[in-house]
Amino acid sequence: MVVDLDRCNGCQACVIACQVENNLPINDKNAFLQNRAYEWIRIERYWEGDYPNIKARFIPVMCQHCENAPCEPVCPVFATYHNDEGLNVQIYNRCVGTRYCINNCPYQVRFFNYWHPNWPERLQNQLNPDVTVRTRGITEKCTFCIQRLRRGQIQVERRAGGELNDGTLKSGNHMPACVQACPTNALTFGDQNDVHSPVKPYFEDVNRYNIHHEKERKTRGYRVLEEMNTKPNVIYLKKVDPNLGGGHHG
Amino acid sequence: MQEGRVLSTREINRDLLRSILDTPRWFWPVVTVLGLILLVAAIAIGIMVNRGLGVTGLNRPVAWGFFITNFVFWIGISHAGVMLSAILRLAKAEWRRPATRAAEVLTLFSLMTAMIMPIVHTGRPWRILYWVFPYDFARGIWPNIRTPLVWDPSAILTYLTSSTLFVIIALVPDFAVLRDHTTGIAHRVYSVLAMGWEGNARQWKLQIVAGVLLSALILPVFVSVHSIVSWDFGMAAAVKSWHSTVFAPYFVVGAVHSGVSAVAFALILLRWCYGWQDYIRHEHIDALGRLLIVVATGWFYFLVMEILFGMYGREADELMVRQTQFTYWPYNFWFILFVITTYFIPVALWLSRAWRRNLWIMSIACISVNVGMWLERFLIIVPGLINKQLFTFVWADYRPSIFEYIIIGSTFALVTLLMLLFSRVFPLVPLYDVKEGDVLRTQVQIGRRTVPATFRED
Repeated sequence: MVVDLDRCNGCQACVIACQVENNLPINDKNAFLQNRAYEWIRIERYWEGDYPNIKARFIPVMCQHCENAPCEPVCPVFATYHNDEGLNVQIYNRCVGTRYCINNCPYQVRFFNYWHPNWPERLQNQLNPDVTVRTRGITEKCTFCIQRLRRGQIQVERRAGGELNDGTLKSGNHMPACVQACPTNALTFGDQNDVHSPVKPYFEDVNRYNIHHEKERKTRGYRVLEEMNTKPNVIYLKKVDPNLGGGHHG
Repeated sequence: MQEGRVLSTREINRDLLRSILDTPRWFWPVVTVLGLILLVAAIAIGIMVNRGLGVTGLNRPVAWGFFITNFVFWIGISHAGVMLSAILRLAKAEWRRPATRAAEVLTLFSLMTAMIMPIVHTGRPWRILYWVFPYDFARGIWPNIRTPLVWDPSAILTYLTSSTLFVIIALVPDFAVLRDHTTGIAHRVYSVLAMGWEGNARQWKLQIVAGVLLSALILPVFVSVHSIVSWDFGMAAAVKSWHSTVFAPYFVVGAVHSGVSAVAFALILLRWCYGWQDYIRHEHIDALGRLLIVVATGWFYFLVMEILFGMYGREADELMVRQTQFTYWPYNFWFILFVITTYFIPVALWLSRAWRRNLWIMSIACISVNVGMWLERFLIIVPGLINKQLFTFVWADYRPSIFEYIIIGSTFALVTLLMLLFSRVFPLVPLYDVKEGDVLRTQVQIGRRTVPATFRED
């Protein structure tokens, strides 16, 4: 996943798309008052500068699917682990709710179901049948819409009539709900190993020049909290700031 | 330093078995009150399990709160048993004798109570077996041995097992005395428990060898248990101020500090409840006070080091947590209270010999230490989570709910109740140990003064 912060305008369409796609409970007033409202992808908004030269900065934060995920080694029951696609996956049935992974996530993108999720009667039928409705007492998080990934794989297999491999599964065959909903195309999803994938150059660049050689990077790419060496699989592209860009006024 | 009068064996048996053979008048009312508190807590836990952890005050950044604080607190208290009976036994400190049993039993019960806390704390406690005991062979999934949450139960269960053995070995000669003093069903039960103890030379030798061996073997467990509990926090790379290498020794010394204080308070209570003035004497409490000055000062050193190490890195997010601890209401208040009650009040009181021998002042000092140590764990756990990381967007405060207060309060009632019930069935001051101490003690002439002394040939 690549997130272009220059394109993000903080519209929260991705948040709503995720909420609907992944059967997240509705964040009502009580949830906010209890500080228990959660979104698998959230838009963090930071204000910069003083009035009247004030700017809003937006950063969408979702599970970073770290290669060195700090949440994984601390789970006593292997409810969270790395699968061979490089995704950090959560097995809801195994989770006992120790919440150690939540503490150990530097990105704060793991969420605990304090209450049993409830939907109004008229919304019961809008639940996505491909996604488990999580019970109370367990931890959940962004899956990069693994149900869409699986559906894409099945379709490719049917269409190609054969084995699934890197050649047949193109990056464009599936996308997470947030990527699909983003009106400015700020989010791009793809396979790092696919040469045709639009995310590949960014990953190559960021992987080639680590945090100590950040200045040498050719692209705007960086990882959040890179100094923790969690090696996230989400790359952010810096905002192009006309005021910082050495006199180029847009 | 043996004071008090010399007691005959008959007197010792009569006095120390008084708690078992007679029922004091206050006993049933106290048990009823404690039982009611536990009943309320059981209802609270029931509601919590039924409705979900939403009834607590835990929220999004603060996923661990009062329950884990209390867990660490009771694990800390449990360190008194080994400190007093194993270490002092190996160090041949004579004054330990009447304190050992109470300390060991407090260890057992506080460990059991501590183990309840993480179970209550989890989202789905009915699945906890799955985590502690690897029964789920069918799916080929064993517990994840990389997590401190699996090291915890292993360490704690090892500690519980060895402490239980320790208590039983020390109890065998006393079971024999009880067997000889009771009739009916009690007699038969104690006969089984005494395992044919006759008090012959071979049995004594085996009992002493077993005790000394267990004392030595339990020491590594003693150090590792609280170290591992501290690694619950130390291993959390993402929480600044938890992620510290000084935590293991800091927690162990802190545990001894709170544990020994708790035992001193328990001894004062026992002395008062059962009238054991001749056994739990001022000199014993005095000696505990002097030991505690050393422990408290060692602990204070680690406290300063922990803060210093944290500040030394000058990481913005670590400094943010410190700022929360030191300057934000109400954490600044709790922090000042914690440092004063854990170190400055008790040590100031313990420095005076007259005050160490005043049971009221000693009780205040010991309670003060435990209030402070509870706050210490709270101040380690919660501020680290509240202002976690640079994502200021998700910061939130933590307000514990009534459910958490009830359940925390009930753990104190549970330990008290278990101690009381134990004291009615087994002697809380070891009879044979006191008798042995009496046999060994004598007086020596130094210049013009006659002072009490203890001679041992081993």
